[in-house]
Amino acid sequence: MLELYPGQLDVDKIFSRWRKWGEDKNYGAFITFVGTVRAEDKIEALSFDVYEPILAKWFEEWQERAQKRGAHLMMAHSIGNVPVHTSSYMAAVFSPKRRVALELIDEFVEDFKANAPIWKYDVIAGERRYARERSQKLKGSGLLLDGDQ
Amino acid sequence: MVRIEFLGPIGKGPMQMEAKNLKEVAKELQKDKELRKWLGECAVAVNDQLVQSLDIELKEGDKVTLLPPVCGG
Repeated sequence: MLELYPGQLDVDKIFSRWRKWGEDKNYGAFITFVGTVRAEDKIEALSFDVYEPILAKWFEEWQERAQKRGAHLMMAHSIGNVPVHTSSYMAAVFSPKRRVALELIDEFVEDFKANAPIWKYDVIAGERRYARERSQKLKGSGLLLDGDQ
Repeated sequence: MVRIEFLGPIGKGPMQMEAKNLKEVAKELQKDKELRKWLGECAVAVNDQLVQSLDIELKEGDKVTLLPPVCGG
């Protein structure tokens, strides 16, 4: 399931709900990844824009891939401002045994960084600045300027 | 008319234009100096499907979306 929340995630609450869900489904392995906003370069918070229609499709494709391996994915992400030392991103994999879950969490989180339609901003002195140098171009970028890729 | 949407940091409201295909959209958007800076790094979706070619026909009511470089998490 894909969950989007305004502001920081309530990590403990989400974790508990996911864990309970996995126990009821008889999954033997449950791995979570939690992304927390670090204090650096005077930032007060990170801020996020999310484009849900394409994010939902991206997630569904991953869910299908996971299901073919007997696994299930969960993901939660913030929209808007997320203060330093709170969390903006959670991903989880459930599987009957550890191996698939260990592999999938790596693939899923890495692909999320490269392909999820989410934009990050540093919030410094109350101002939102696009984190351009930390952002990655999606496949096919430049099409409207240079023609076919 | 097709609807063009600019996501995230582009910070531009949606616009409508007459276009029969993506090539025509590209031509029109390239005229905008401010926007031109973004075009080189934006991916493109038609009706929320990412595309890799300008040879795509558009019909009335289609949505073209520009997606600048991403960074989730």
